[in-house]
Amino acid sequence: MYAFPSHTAASIPTSDETPTSDLPPLLVLRPLSDTWLSALNAKFTLYSPSSPLSASVHAALISGAYNRVDPALLDQYPSLRCLVNTGAGVNHINLEECKRRGVQVANVGETHSKNVADYAVGLLLDVMRRITMSDRYVRNGLWVTRGNYPLGSKLGGKRVGIVGLGSIGSAIAKRLEAFECKISYLSRKAKPTVSYRYIPNICDLAAESDILVVSCALTKETHHIVNKQVLQALGKEGIIINIGRGASIDEPELVRCLAQGEIKGAGLDVFEHEPNIPKELIELENVVLTPHQSVFTPEAMAEVIQICIANFEAFFTGKPVITPVVAD
Amino acid sequence: MATTTCTTNTPKIEEKPKVLVLQRINAYFEGVLSPHFDLIKADESSLPIPAFLSTHCRHIRALLVMAPIGTFGSSLLDQLPSLGLIACTSAGVNHIDVDACRKRSVAVTNAGEMFTPDAADHTVGLLVDVLRRVVMADRYVRNGSWMLIGDYPLGSKVSGKRVGIVGLGSIGSHVAKRLTAFGCPISYFSRAPKPNYPSYTYFPNVLDLARESDVLILSCALTDETRNIINRDVMIALGKDGVIINVGRGALIDEPELVRCLKEGVIGGAGLDVFVNEPEVPEELTHMENVVLSDHRAVTTPESFKNVLELAIANLDAFFSGKPVLSPVSC
Repeated sequence: MYAFPSHTAASIPTSDETPTSDLPPLLVLRPLSDTWLSALNAKFTLYSPSSPLSASVHAALISGAYNRVDPALLDQYPSLRCLVNTGAGVNHINLEECKRRGVQVANVGETHSKNVADYAVGLLLDVMRRITMSDRYVRNGLWVTRGNYPLGSKLGGKRVGIVGLGSIGSAIAKRLEAFECKISYLSRKAKPTVSYRYIPNICDLAAESDILVVSCALTKETHHIVNKQVLQALGKEGIIINIGRGASIDEPELVRCLAQGEIKGAGLDVFEHEPNIPKELIELENVVLTPHQSVFTPEAMAEVIQICIANFEAFFTGKPVITPVVAD
Repeated sequence: MATTTCTTNTPKIEEKPKVLVLQRINAYFEGVLSPHFDLIKADESSLPIPAFLSTHCRHIRALLVMAPIGTFGSSLLDQLPSLGLIACTSAGVNHIDVDACRKRSVAVTNAGEMFTPDAADHTVGLLVDVLRRVVMADRYVRNGSWMLIGDYPLGSKVSGKRVGIVGLGSIGSHVAKRLTAFGCPISYFSRAPKPNYPSYTYFPNVLDLARESDVLILSCALTDETRNIINRDVMIALGKDGVIINVGRGALIDEPELVRCLKEGVIGGAGLDVFVNEPEVPEELTHMENVVLSDHRAVTTPESFKNVLELAIANLDAFFSGKPVLSPVSC
């Protein structure tokens, strides 16, 4: 799950009155911070699920952390014709069902891609060069008493296999090229416009890579796509970075491989059962663990709000949403 | 060179060239170098260094210097009258009195470009870690705080930050290339503008560079001109959201002032691989959440060590064969 910072009060608005303004009605199905509320209140009349009018509202704001968009939810709000999701991932949305009912679905497009790509490369550098571990070592005074922390290893020239070459995967590839990494990728189909090597099978991709980056959407096909065979193909010198969804990797198997040195290390921003993480990871020095924050910077939050508002405004003026979910 | 009378089954014995080593040499380095050279190790002698030098080193032509610690200047050179080469395995040579060497026709070689990509990689890693708070986030997750408190406070976007590089040498230009791929516009301060990099903006002084930058990267050599080049005025110009990354030498920054500026919020954060008095790190830094600290490892990976040693061997071989050295220090 990912949530907005909890240091600001977050609540679902509880306006139940009939609209007194001309502002279009918007159903809010997720908690919102004050920043969100003030931005939305300026443009829309907000309704919560508890409002008697909720079943007649045509547009709703949703989030993967709080909502599952399935037939039951769509039955509950039968007037919905537009859903805007505050994240990039849409594995919580039954897109087929939405299409069948004529509900447009928008997410936040490529806003997040740069932030996620920056973060993925940072995580990778951190794991390869042991930055977090050496920071902890220095703070504990061990540089003085024990000399240098063990060396990391060189990133340049390493073979990187990207699982999912969407907008995030492409942004990661572009950055890693500047570090002189050699890029290969797996995607549903080859992308003739890119110069990277396409490898159609994930075990082969892992076997030919020093580093695997998981940057794909979570679907039925990609659930546990990184499994025991893939990790073994990646091998003892292999590093894995996951900024997609925890469930793309068989987590218990990953933990076992890390603990037993069957792969060299991992940088993980996502986990199968967030915010719970396997406790075996906590003691390991060959991992970097972060709380699903590859997306989040204050700048990104502001952009997300703007994009969501723009999508609703397009819908309310009879135009198609601006950043419809693209099934790629 | 010792020779034996040639018979068909007696091998010719050649002495390996002698190379003096004044610092303790680790097993890995020794393993790589000793097949090529007769290593004369001062620290294994019971004699104090001056006596060792005058007794054993009058004919020594080459000195190997590994760690960039100590001072190698006139007083040492006076005791090595036959010296023709100081081969360093570090990138920086601020510990060598290069002028004194030049006056005595002693060549000085360094690690050339062998460390450059790794130093640049580490620089970017430090920057992303500082801006996106990766180190603190990792600690947060391991403490179990993710479950109890909620999400960790946000960092700040990397893409698009204005990057100012102090010293656009080989490391600086490699950093620039990497950060360009992150969508960061690049500016720099150097002794003179670099016509090879027309898309980077030149500033003739560090203060102006700092004013127009969100991030300052220190990747220049430590000289008399660059000592304390980052002072309070520069940090004020950089501003409260500004971040400094130092992979050069600790003394490029006025370190006590840096600590003060971080505490007071004059600047926003720092990623530091080097310190004035390594391995000692100012204690206040170890309590700050907006810094990332590493143990002078920017250049070091096993791969770069191997490359650097090969380069040192190549420099020494060239010297002993009367050929030009491969990676002379230019000043």
